[in-house]
Amino acid sequence: MVTTPTPSENTGSNQMNAAADVSPLVASMALPQPLPSDFEPAQSPTIKAVAENLHFHYGKFHALKGVSLPIMQNQITALIGPSGCGKSTFLRCFNRMHDLYPNSTYQGAIRLLPDDINLVGPGIDPIAVRMRISMVFQKPNPFPKSIFENVAFSLRVRGGFSRSEISDEVERSLRSAALWDETKDRLHEPANKLSGGQQQRLCIARSLASHPEIILFDEPTSALDPKATRRIEELMTEIKSQVTVLVVTHNMQQASRVSDYTAFMYLGELIEYGPTAKVFQNPANQLTEEYISGRFG
Amino acid sequence: MSKAATTPVTLAPAAAAAGSLRRNKRYAAVAEVVLFLAAASSVLITIGIVAVLTYESASFFEHVSVREFLTGREWTPLFEPPKFGILPLLSGTLVTTAVALCVAIPAGTIIAVWLSEYAPYKFREALKPALELLSAVPTVVFGYFALQLVTPLLQKIIPGLPGFNMLSAGLVMGVMIIPYVASLSEDAMRAVPIALREGAYAMGATRVQTAWKVVFPAALSGISAAYILAVARALGETMVVAIAAGQEPTLTIDPRDKAETISAFIVRASLGDQPHGSIGYQSIFAAGLSLALMTLVFNIAGFFLRRRFREAY
Repeated sequence: MVTTPTPSENTGSNQMNAAADVSPLVASMALPQPLPSDFEPAQSPTIKAVAENLHFHYGKFHALKGVSLPIMQNQITALIGPSGCGKSTFLRCFNRMHDLYPNSTYQGAIRLLPDDINLVGPGIDPIAVRMRISMVFQKPNPFPKSIFENVAFSLRVRGGFSRSEISDEVERSLRSAALWDETKDRLHEPANKLSGGQQQRLCIARSLASHPEIILFDEPTSALDPKATRRIEELMTEIKSQVTVLVVTHNMQQASRVSDYTAFMYLGELIEYGPTAKVFQNPANQLTEEYISGRFG
Repeated sequence: MSKAATTPVTLAPAAAAAGSLRRNKRYAAVAEVVLFLAAASSVLITIGIVAVLTYESASFFEHVSVREFLTGREWTPLFEPPKFGILPLLSGTLVTTAVALCVAIPAGTIIAVWLSEYAPYKFREALKPALELLSAVPTVVFGYFALQLVTPLLQKIIPGLPGFNMLSAGLVMGVMIIPYVASLSEDAMRAVPIALREGAYAMGATRVQTAWKVVFPAALSGISAAYILAVARALGETMVVAIAAGQEPTLTIDPRDKAETISAFIVRASLGDQPHGSIGYQSIFAAGLSLALMTLVFNIAGFFLRRRFREAY
């Protein structure tokens, strides 16, 4: 079984070496500025993963054309861009979701730090990758099981947990996902009795239960009403102390509200990357400015 | 039609439109009657069958008490002295059905899981029709297959197995209904949204775990319907058991014995010259009614099972 290190284990001294390793790449692409004062970490964040010249093909279609991008640890990185720009495709490379379908080919690398493994490398088992990098989908997709079993699922597929460990972990995850108070008296009711927003928070709890290093959010609020959206956004901000977050969104306000870093993609390429405040207030690229101001997309 | 009626441009086209409107209305009325009759016929035929079964059985039960029918341990309606205990036929029916389900449900389910979750797309598209072709084989062929091939093979494994036995008939009947179970279960599993599979994979589940822990439970409503259909099919199956199980009502639960099922009795009695109105003739209908009631019970059970496991996703 793959052990899932807790976030605290990731901030070792070797982290610094790994970060130094990729610094030329980061320097070449709008180096992260000091964060705005309302963000917690005072020191500059470490890098959790880095895409290096990542190409992806669906059959003959060249969907990602050499994307290079760092993902900062315990930060929220938003991927924005018009439909078809490849942001979801990029996101789904991180947990090898494309491997479920035939004719997908990766070139380049996504290096997961600090242990520096290439997530899209040929010898890497996609299941081992998904054990460490979890995902929340566009439409809430709880399993047709009880609330408890939904959250316990990722522990059950890993195996080797005692009953009390599982129930402790379920409680912790539901608390982290701000769902415990609403569900603690009905943990054994079917999950699909919950409202849409609750279902999506359940999916977040389900993702948190296995202590992933990164959670990928693929337009997590596009099926939700504004109030439920607000709660998911708050939740993303709350959980980033435990996990690195990568979120695809169509919603500009959402990207500017929740994310620390923003990457703008267009036609399979990364156009601009930087701290969210800078990308939104002072974009370096003409295309970014036009997209953010709603002139296309 | 309504457009022609509501927007007359000039008088002459309006008159023509009114004429065609009348014609259309006539056609619509005729079509409605024809459709209604077609729909009603299936209901009427069902009512007719139930009525005949009940009517003839009623005369049967004037001669034979319900208690004797349900508790009697011998069924010899065509001999002297006639005995009318349904239990031997019931045991034959239930044992062959149970043997058949022991084959069809595991095999059909595994085939369905494999087809839906493992098989490459092209392979599935080729294999599914081939599987369904298996159900196009006439059941009499399966009957002789059981008698001539499977029984001799079984006799090598189980010494002393009689030439007619329920085991062989049940096994072959099970093979015969595998396509029903597999095909319907596969449909049910295919209908599970791809989002649920992706959700399971994203949590680190393997293919086996995704299939058994997520897709299978999600499809349970449709799969249980497939099982119920298999039960109904096995209960009513006639040729295989008539040929291979021996036509001798025996009260036993040992599948190695020979026995007769309700349907096999109906065949045998119908082939003989039972005078219309005789007790032997009426016993056919009493047996038929019992079989219909059993199937009904399973269908109702299936209905509640489906409702119990229905998943909104």
